[in-house]
Amino acid sequence: MGDIHHISNTDAPRVREVIKMLDEVFDPEIPVLSVNDMGIIRDVKFIDDVLEVSITPTYSGCPAMDMIAGDIKRKLLENGYGNVKIKTVLSPAWTTDWLTENGKVKLMKYGISPPEHSANKKALLGEETAVKCPRCGSTHTTMISNFGSTACKALWKCEECKEPFDYFKCI
Amino acid sequence: MNKQEALFDLTLRLGDNSLIFGHRLSELCSKGPFLEEDIATTNIALDLVGQSRILLSYAGQVEGKGRSEDDLAYFRSAPQFRCALIAQLPNGDFAYTNAKLYFYSVYASLFLSALMKSKDETLAGFAGKAIKETAYHVRHTSEWLLRFGDGTEESHNRLQKAVDDIWMYTADMFATTEGDKLLIADGIIPDLAAMKSEWYKIVSAHLKTATINVPAEDAWQQHGSREGKHLEALTYILGEMQVVARAHPGASW
Repeated sequence: MGDIHHISNTDAPRVREVIKMLDEVFDPEIPVLSVNDMGIIRDVKFIDDVLEVSITPTYSGCPAMDMIAGDIKRKLLENGYGNVKIKTVLSPAWTTDWLTENGKVKLMKYGISPPEHSANKKALLGEETAVKCPRCGSTHTTMISNFGSTACKALWKCEECKEPFDYFKCI
Repeated sequence: MNKQEALFDLTLRLGDNSLIFGHRLSELCSKGPFLEEDIATTNIALDLVGQSRILLSYAGQVEGKGRSEDDLAYFRSAPQFRCALIAQLPNGDFAYTNAKLYFYSVYASLFLSALMKSKDETLAGFAGKAIKETAYHVRHTSEWLLRFGDGTEESHNRLQKAVDDIWMYTADMFATTEGDKLLIADGIIPDLAAMKSEWYKIVSAHLKTATINVPAEDAWQQHGSREGKHLEALTYILGEMQVVARAHPGASW
């Protein structure tokens, strides 16, 4: 199952079963990443006959979150869970630190450079270390804009192979 | 005003700030000076509108009359809004857009940083999220201000004019009501009025670096947004923003 954060009681087989199912729910914008890879699943709980899955939004305005919530619910209903509730929690705030290592590898293969390091203050103040080109691997890269095709991405270019690429911003 | 009313008023203030500023920026979609900046502006608008969803949903809960985020966004009239005046200003030229967003983002980062310690769980959680996005907004706009101020004669003059024009709407961001005082006493919100001098220190230092003349800290200021006394501009914003929802009341996706 890899590094699942913050989920209480992963000893319970039925919690583990639900988490495994969530490996098949993908980010609609970045379809190689599951919601587990993204680190947005905060908790899985059975409360009486209700299965409650807590998720945390990545960016405040991320338009994929509504769809992801719907996809999670649908996946669980399809698998026989009759009563599913999706809860959104804001705190602690989602951070790119919660992306799994496996998720970062998938991002790079998909053509998106993963967040370089821990989402510490330095990153937010613009002192990024070198970002790696997902095509040729060079770190001789330049930022074009801190805002890219989606809220989570920035636009960079490679000075070696000359191709532009998306970078998943540290937050 | 009791505490519940005070909290409702405050959450409207925060939600309306984000909603109206976000909407203003979204007006620049496909009208940016070049593609990457068009995308940057709309990304920032998306952050702000996303924040307004969280805040206005919470406001509806606090009010307790069953109003949703959509009810509050689309079915209130201008005097019922509580957005700061600076959020209502037209976008103007590129220097003007960046100057007002810079002033607002610096206020937001100071406010959110303190709001993270709020005794209200929802507001504290919201602040912990929004502050990280706001850091990118501050960085983006402050870099542009340096380029404009310390750029060409034209860019410098346009930024100076923008700063001079926008200045009288900045104090309004820090307006504090009687209701706020109840919330401050309960540790729900920080003392906004006390942040104003910190805000001035930060923006004046940055403007000086950009070789821009900084208006006086005690220059004349326009007020009234927390009493629903807004700029004429707000009625045009709402006219456009609300028209579809109002044409089909009760509709849902």
